[in-house]
Amino acid sequence: MTEQPTRMVVVGASLAGLNAARALRDQGHAGPITLIGEEPHAPYDRPPLSKGFLVSGADHTSLALADTAVLGLTELYGRRAVHLDTGEHTVHLDDGGSVPYDGLVIATGAGARSWPGPLPATGVHTLRTLDDATALRRDLGTGPRRVLVAGGGFIGSEAAATGAELGHDVTLAIRGPAPLHRVLGEDAASFLSDLHHTAGVSVRPFTTLTGLQGGRRVTSVTLDGACQVNADTVLLALGAVPHTDWLTASGLRLDGGLVTDVHTRAVGTDGRPHPTIVAAGDVTRFPHPHASGLLSLGHWSNAVEQARIAARTLLHPRAPSVYRPVASFWSTQYGVRFRAVGLPREADESVTREYDIGRRRLNVAYCRDGRLVGALTANRAAHIARYREQLARDLETPVEARSA
Amino acid sequence: MTESPFTGLEVIVDMGLCESHGQCVFAAPQVFAFDEDDVLVYEPDPDVSQYEKAVAAAAACPVRAIRIESTR
Repeated sequence: MTEQPTRMVVVGASLAGLNAARALRDQGHAGPITLIGEEPHAPYDRPPLSKGFLVSGADHTSLALADTAVLGLTELYGRRAVHLDTGEHTVHLDDGGSVPYDGLVIATGAGARSWPGPLPATGVHTLRTLDDATALRRDLGTGPRRVLVAGGGFIGSEAAATGAELGHDVTLAIRGPAPLHRVLGEDAASFLSDLHHTAGVSVRPFTTLTGLQGGRRVTSVTLDGACQVNADTVLLALGAVPHTDWLTASGLRLDGGLVTDVHTRAVGTDGRPHPTIVAAGDVTRFPHPHASGLLSLGHWSNAVEQARIAARTLLHPRAPSVYRPVASFWSTQYGVRFRAVGLPREADESVTREYDIGRRRLNVAYCRDGRLVGALTANRAAHIARYREQLARDLETPVEARSA
Repeated sequence: MTESPFTGLEVIVDMGLCESHGQCVFAAPQVFAFDEDDVLVYEPDPDVSQYEKAVAAAAACPVRAIRIESTR
């Protein structure tokens, strides 16, 4: 088939980037594939970074995702893409080099939201990369500390749990009423708060970190512009920012991420999809029948599944595949297995079917307009599979047939 | 469902690695399931018609605990 692009370039040596490269090979692309990553490491697994990696002495090889050698890639690590020229079909790199492409996969992911001011030189962390986790682990490994975690999302909550398990004095400062309240709703957030309290974590709801003090090393933080709390170690878990800075002058549409169509093709500022540019993973924003607006899923399974569809669309531009996933994500905190499917944050109603803090079990269904859009369980994995089946069936039903 | 070129199929799970994420249950519900305590139960010798789903399940496992062996 001559319509297939020959030189493939994947920007982002991430879970999504690696899976896109693997899927291109699996689906028969024999030509060159170049994998470009800003970090100096080959693609690695991120979920353990806020959990097991912080407590273990494991080195980074335990996080390796796969042997990339078998894929026959040109691997460029420690090189950052700085500009995409869609007219010339070229990716420009920070060392002045450039890489031409016939087909491009954008998988640059997202980074930790940074603090908008000066910081003490040490003791203040973000947690997104292997180097971040290594630095935080070193800090937490030097005796009991007063740890302040700012941010009640998954990373903040998981890191607070891990810090408590390591014996540190942990304060979790969150802007909302409880951890993960915005994503999972009231009952799940309250369940999680209970787990934190039981473990001795001081949860500070409706609290905003407004300042950090210290000379070389952080000594305290300011909360809500007034009270100071002593801290030896601070984790800023303030959310993720998609890595789209290099696309600003590309002519691709950016709207809280890189916008794609249902086929994972990057959409231009003129609204037209680019047949030779696809995207996958945390960097993307895409339409979904269960979402009111464009959707961004910073989940492991999304990176893997979207990358496969993206590769297929790139290889078969005249018959692009549709990406319409049942989202699936998880978190382990205090040994409790939280498993979620669908889009709980899109719900207008949640139904709690089981809330048993003693046995650490939870089962919540999330609905919008009377239809199931998501579910969450804790230590009830058998139930999550049934919810997932229901969501998959619903997504297979054509939109016109749904209101009937 | 495409015709499987195999005469036998073997599913091997490293239960020391399994964290009950459920991705395999989603991908191949006739091969993998959870019991009421969230422990993965699976058919070690499924019908060859399950080949593609079983391979997809292995690929979807976040901790790569699943191996699929086939005999011709």
